Amino acid sequence: MGLVQWATSPWGNSVPIHIAWYLIWVCAIAGLLFMIVHALYVGIFAKPKKFAVNDTPSVIAGVPEQVIRHSFVARAFHWVMAISMFALLITAFLPKVGVKFDWVTYHWIAGLVLSASVIFHIVHASFWLDFWSIWPDKIDLRDAKRRMMRALGKDAPPPARFAKYPLENKFYHFVILCSGLAVIVTGLFMMKRVNTLGIFSRNPYIFGDMTWGMMYVLHGLAGVGLIALIMVHVYFGVRPEKLPITKSMIFGHMSREFYLEEHDPERWLIEKAKKGPGYAPSDAD
Amino acid sequence: MAVIRDIMPAFDLLQPTSASDAQKLLQQYGGDAWIMAGGLDSFDWLKDRLRKPKVVVDLSGISELSGVRESGDGVEIGAMTTLTEIAHHPLIKSQYGVLAQAVEVVASPQIRNQGTLGGNVSQDTRCWYYRDGWPCYRAGGNICYADTPVGRNREHAIFGANRCVAVHPSDSVPALIALDAKFVIQTPKGQKLVNAEDYFVGPDIDITRLNIIQPGELLTSIRIPNTWAGSKFYFEKVRDRNVWDFPLLNVASAMKVSGGNIENMRIAVNAVSPRPMRLKAVEDAVRGKPANAETGEMAGKLAVQGAVPLQFNAYKIPLMRNLVKRAIGGVQEAQWA
Repeated sequence: MGLVQWATSPWGNSVPIHIAWYLIWVCAIAGLLFMIVHALYVGIFAKPKKFAVNDTPSVIAGVPEQVIRHSFVARAFHWVMAISMFALLITAFLPKVGVKFDWVTYHWIAGLVLSASVIFHIVHASFWLDFWSIWPDKIDLRDAKRRMMRALGKDAPPPARFAKYPLENKFYHFVILCSGLAVIVTGLFMMKRVNTLGIFSRNPYIFGDMTWGMMYVLHGLAGVGLIALIMVHVYFGVRPEKLPITKSMIFGHMSREFYLEEHDPERWLIEKAKKGPGYAPSDAD
Repeated sequence: MAVIRDIMPAFDLLQPTSASDAQKLLQQYGGDAWIMAGGLDSFDWLKDRLRKPKVVVDLSGISELSGVRESGDGVEIGAMTTLTEIAHHPLIKSQYGVLAQAVEVVASPQIRNQGTLGGNVSQDTRCWYYRDGWPCYRAGGNICYADTPVGRNREHAIFGANRCVAVHPSDSVPALIALDAKFVIQTPKGQKLVNAEDYFVGPDIDITRLNIIQPGELLTSIRIPNTWAGSKFYFEKVRDRNVWDFPLLNVASAMKVSGGNIENMRIAVNAVSPRPMRLKAVEDAVRGKPANAETGEMAGKLAVQGAVPLQFNAYKIPLMRNLVKRAIGGVQEAQWA
């Protein structure tokens, strides 16, 4: 039982044509198992969070009641991307598990929406947001080690509170970035092989069979990987302790209490009175 | 790549003697079973070793699946009835002549003696890239070899292409659609009836099949209501070799004419799309209009709207336009005679 489906090309060469479709179930089950194990761990074994807190009264006084976390533009991007991602997963994999419908057109349209939104996000994050806020820094890595030691019952100083994004969030972003770019780049090339209502002129000869095959395999692997990733993302989105973060992706802000509990004002800087009361830099800085 | 070795892969040959036994066997073996009617399509696949079923369910010993039976409201044709029997059957010739005409031009006399109606409507496409075993979309791959800048696609689709551009090759199907036939399918849950045009599925919905038959299901008969019995019929098939060939295009129509005007009409074409096409827009447009060449001209133009030719099959557009025109004007001429 291989991971890849092979076939013989017209020229007698053995070429990959796509992933083995059982990987859909492997990834779905992996996502499900992760959720079960995590829920059991948090519910039974995990110790209460403890952070090193040393906020001065002036810092605390400077935090507004509502801390803005995501600008409207950033939220709009997130939800457009989420809708297109769900459309892509549904149109890609339901036909493979027996639900037959005309999926190709919907799939590439959703793919174009995803591609456009991701390009927008890259530009927006590079020039208008704090680009580095989503990448792990030294403190993240130091605190990850501390948290691990403490979880294992060993002595370690309490970790600092998170910057704007927890380390897990940053890792998730990196993985979704890799898989997302893989499906987008391969998907855009694959549009040269289907009828896209004139957007792309068909030409399946721009690559050889082996290159095309690898492209389909990469598209498939990243695609099934996204099944597990999206399942996990939705799971964390609805977990009670993460709801303030989820709400901030809807309403744009989080409460002062949650901010002070989970985030370090020195690592996620709040500037007051830049645009009036309640303003905090976040996506806009 | 297909290599004819004339030695079929090993399989168990099952020869049930009743339709219910056959259906149970198909249900038991599911996707591992291959249904064999006349064997004309089956032996191609098996000898090319492109299909390797675990069991072949041979229907030739099931007498209840053969024969033309008149019923109160029409006629029922067993799925295993040979094309020759249908072509020569007095009732079919007199009342449902369009079907007799259609099956009479299927392939050669020898093939019609062996080929069955069920097999003819359920046969696979003749796209040579697919039949030769290339890993195309229809074969589970991710390319259509016929729809490439140099692909040979003279016989392929001008409508309904969706990644795959193969066409449905049956001659009998347009006639059955024109006659408003119902296909009787035995399923694990009982019998179901589907309209002739709904028996077929395009690549947009399922790229690996041409019809809706699922593992465990069996087409047992085709019922033709007497609604269109004795109507004005028209059938025409255009092929490269008149002695024996699949259609480049065929058309079948049934028309009720009253006072020179078309009261009602059903018309279908095949070999232009991955599934046979009933021309509903044409039927609606010609209703109430005179059955003459002018109406035919209008209908022909309407019929080809939306056609998208491939590199080598643009000729199918005027061909289809003219066949549809003749399906209407031709009937008018027959009436004048």
